[in-house]
Amino acid sequence: MSKRHIAVVGAGMAAARFAERYSALGGEARVTLYGSEPRAPYNRVLLADVLTGRYDAEAITLPVGDAVLRPGAEVVALDLGARVLTLVDGGTEAYDELVLATGANPVLPPIRRLRREDGGGPREGVHALRTLADCARLAEEAMDAKRAVVVGGGVLGVSVARALAALGPQVEIVHQGPHLIERQLDEDAATALREALRTLGVEVYLGNRARALTEAGEVELADGYRLSTDLTVLACGVRPRTALAHAAGLAVGRGVLVDDTLAASPAHASTPHGSAPHGSALEAPTPTPHVFAIGDCAEHAGVVHGLAGPAWEQADVLAARLSGADPEARYTGSRPLARLSAGPIEYAAFGEVHADAEADVLRLTDATRGSYKKLVMRGDRLVGAILLGDLATVGDLARALARDASLPETPLHLLTQHLLTTTLGASR
Amino acid sequence: MTTTWAAATATHCPYCALQCGMRLVPAAGAVPVEVRERADFPVNRGALCGKGQNAAALLAPGVRLTTPLVRDVRDSRGGRAARGELRAASWAEALDRVASGFAAVREEHGADAVGVFGGGGLTNEKAYQLGKFARIALRTATIDYNGRFCMSSAAAAARTAFGVDRGLPFPLADIPHTDSLILVGANPAETMPPALRYFRELRENGGTLIVVDPRRTRTAEQADLHLQPVPGTDLALALGLLHLLIADRMVDVDFVAERTSGFEQARAAAMAHWPERVERITGVPVAALREAARHFGRARTGMVLTARGPEQQSKGTDTVGAWINLCLASGKAGRLYSGYGCLTGQGNGQGGREHGQKADQLPGYRSIEDPAARAHVAAVWGVGPDELPRSGRSAYELLDSLGAPGPDGVRALLLMGSNPVVSAPRAARITGRLRSLDLLVVSDLVLSESAQLADVVLPSTQWAEETGTMTNLEGRVLLRRRATEPPDGARSDLWVLKELAERLGAKGPGGEGGFDDDPETVFAELRRASAGGPADYAGISYGRIAAEDGVFWPCPAEDHPGTPRLFLDAFATPDGRARFAPVSHRPAAEEPDAEYPVHLTTGRVLAQYQSGAQTRRVAELNAAAPGPFVELHPRLAARVGVVDGEPLAVVSRRGRVVAPARVTDAIRPDTVFMPFHWAGPGRANTLTNPALDPTSKMPEFKVCAVRLERTGERK
Repeated sequence: MSKRHIAVVGAGMAAARFAERYSALGGEARVTLYGSEPRAPYNRVLLADVLTGRYDAEAITLPVGDAVLRPGAEVVALDLGARVLTLVDGGTEAYDELVLATGANPVLPPIRRLRREDGGGPREGVHALRTLADCARLAEEAMDAKRAVVVGGGVLGVSVARALAALGPQVEIVHQGPHLIERQLDEDAATALREALRTLGVEVYLGNRARALTEAGEVELADGYRLSTDLTVLACGVRPRTALAHAAGLAVGRGVLVDDTLAASPAHASTPHGSAPHGSALEAPTPTPHVFAIGDCAEHAGVVHGLAGPAWEQADVLAARLSGADPEARYTGSRPLARLSAGPIEYAAFGEVHADAEADVLRLTDATRGSYKKLVMRGDRLVGAILLGDLATVGDLARALARDASLPETPLHLLTQHLLTTTLGASR
Repeated sequence: MTTTWAAATATHCPYCALQCGMRLVPAAGAVPVEVRERADFPVNRGALCGKGQNAAALLAPGVRLTTPLVRDVRDSRGGRAARGELRAASWAEALDRVASGFAAVREEHGADAVGVFGGGGLTNEKAYQLGKFARIALRTATIDYNGRFCMSSAAAAARTAFGVDRGLPFPLADIPHTDSLILVGANPAETMPPALRYFRELRENGGTLIVVDPRRTRTAEQADLHLQPVPGTDLALALGLLHLLIADRMVDVDFVAERTSGFEQARAAAMAHWPERVERITGVPVAALREAARHFGRARTGMVLTARGPEQQSKGTDTVGAWINLCLASGKAGRLYSGYGCLTGQGNGQGGREHGQKADQLPGYRSIEDPAARAHVAAVWGVGPDELPRSGRSAYELLDSLGAPGPDGVRALLLMGSNPVVSAPRAARITGRLRSLDLLVVSDLVLSESAQLADVVLPSTQWAEETGTMTNLEGRVLLRRRATEPPDGARSDLWVLKELAERLGAKGPGGEGGFDDDPETVFAELRRASAGGPADYAGISYGRIAAEDGVFWPCPAEDHPGTPRLFLDAFATPDGRARFAPVSHRPAAEEPDAEYPVHLTTGRVLAQYQSGAQTRRVAELNAAAPGPFVELHPRLAARVGVVDGEPLAVVSRRGRVVAPARVTDAIRPDTVFMPFHWAGPGRANTLTNPALDPTSKMPEFKVCAVRLERTGERK
């Protein structure tokens, strides 16, 4: 009898993590990763530093355990009833369990003349940073570029701007929001971050939207101001890749809807596609047998994370279930964490950072050292934190949040003391 | 043997794996010898810790056993309840009882129902003879030893990576010459104080000392950089450091290409452990990871030394493998003043694992499943290869099967030089298992907690009363010399094994196939049995050891100088290349949760040794460390509502203990620490988790989940 076959659609970070964990946990089925990119899975988190040249492109490959890799074998159709998938070359393959890990695509914002004349992808000089191929193209152009514009001042935009600045160009960030990284940072932190970026030569335009690319190669802002540039990088977020799941009849909100077992469900059993998906996974529709979704393409309890950490937590749960190591494992959500550690640009943002009236807030600002720290508490629970500039207590904070333990009476230590008791040379 | 010896006998300490040199001089009074320094011995250069200085105290009559003890069975069908108290007996009665008991169990339940459990404190000769006794006198596969609880994970990882396991591949004296040293889960300031000078000298020479430990130990206080990870996360820490070596171009590409294999897999695993993720798992800030990686990666030479911290985990083998990877990637192995080493714990932890008291091994560090190894050793023992049993079960598995019903149950056990009532994980269960045996035989020099459960107690001679070799953590074979006459009634383990073998119908004493009780004769046989094996002692003799301050194995011939430094030309793998370990981080077997929210880690204190069977009987040591305690951070103490010195209950899924709180900010606020030297209500191993490493079968002593409860007994 041949082994059971687990087909993983996608070969990105979630897929690689699932495959590696599944092998490590002693899973006995044959696992195949069908990827659209022509290469083995790699660590997307490191792309900004591939851009700076810190990592070689080949060096960021991720382990996949005993899984078989099928790079360049994009899955174009699914027959969930027959349990057969169709590949881009027309070939079909049978599976016993299907794991959708199709990831996400960069969002192309509504900017005039952004796309090529033929209506396809972005025109020349306009880049996303989602794949190694993007990275290689961008790195090549950045070598000769004198000016670069990054559209979007979220986590990715800041990271890309920092990386581009290291390569030489004068970098400008255009950000629609009121301040940088508004989902994870508060205004004070974002202001400090903006100052830190300025020391790297990165300018930030806030509350302003890129409206068009001009024929002269400028980025035109909504207020009419034009930024001349040699290259433009889009960092406007990502959108889950759900077309395949949708076409196959699975319930899709913003992402493929999954329950705590990461099982997908049929479309008719859930809220119709397009209506508000919030909380739809809580209604517990009957899952589609043998179909699961993890990572950036999945929507769990109304949340699409789009971050490596939650994607891996989902992959870990699914690997534990399907390998038999822990058939009862459940994914109950992730605490969001934004973390950048790149020279002078250092921040960490955990959990709830925007305090409402019921929350208690503890803040420490050190303007001379450019550091900003904030704790958000509800009752005796720590629910969120921001550290910027001085990250000495980051390990303690991360653990305190992860453990959900009640706080000591004086949580100030989480901002001022730290466990790293010795620094090099201090005890000499 | 004649009993004339020099006024001062040059010998070694009875305790840890350093095997410090000392001299014993005759004394008047109850204790027959006094300990003096032996300044010319290279390992400790005259230094001794309190344990060594007070070693002679156990020679006093009254402290140690001097007569066999037997417990009468009043109703052979009634089991334990019908047994009497231990009473003095003659050697003949005790040995007859043991031999007939073993024979009866073998008759009724099969040879594997008689088990043997040895110790890492036994001399090479005893360890060798015990393994041989099990295999050809008892014909049982059921033999293992407490070294499984010591360095088995490091041994497994080193054997896979380098092809051979020797604690240190270089002499301790090399340590001051390296540029950067990472000490992982090791606290030599308390566990082997005389070694501390090497680390001090390293720093005086301008080298960097990095200590990885969840506690700011006395050792960590001496470090240039102390990384304080969550217990059970040092595997992620090592992977994160490897990631940084790769990211920041500190990989020695030529070394990796020429002397290693498997780098791509290790690199991929490291890519899955980027610094920010490792920070989240370990609690060690990225900046500190960077600093450690920079110092180790940029150093010209470097060493990583591990001890029980990374090893005593259910992923200990992988964790050590990850630290070895760090050495290999940066070209810091197989070169002068560079390499990976394990700080072995027990006195003969090294030799004890080489000569056949381990379930899967034959003398010379041979595999019991290797046909060539079986043929060689069987020939030395004068039996056919097919007569040798196969591989048996590991230490915890063995102890856990004691008295179990069915064909796998072990009904009788010979326990030699070990005290599992205190030292085994989930000790309450193991104590119950020992009680359920038909026959428990304990050979020890004191009435340990395990001996108190025995049906027969055999009083053994001790270190200063007998001669034998020990192999210290450097792989240096040393000679312990008899310095005083043993008291009437105490007998050497070699003599006991000879007498039992005769009673069990094994071949006569002396020569091949027999059991001799003269250490040097046994050593000569061990040399032949080890010849050609990875741990080759063939060229080592008592004379050479004495003349050369010890001889480093492998030493295949009498004209071979021995091997102080391994791997300088090639690693001991078939192709001469070291192997990267393809390892990934995984959580501890038991992580904290709402019910058991705090990590427990266990360890040792300066004035006590292992299960405390010896050191708790020495007044000076007991005064310094009178009992167990629970170390916890002031913030955790505040949350629990406990003050320093107050009895605090620590509860795990396996039991509950009570010991005084010791409040200190030297420990992480999410972790408590307990030393494991004591029996009774403060026995740390009541709590520990016997989750085993899949390769080494090491139990997870170093991390489990507990909760803390006030006892209301505030002073």
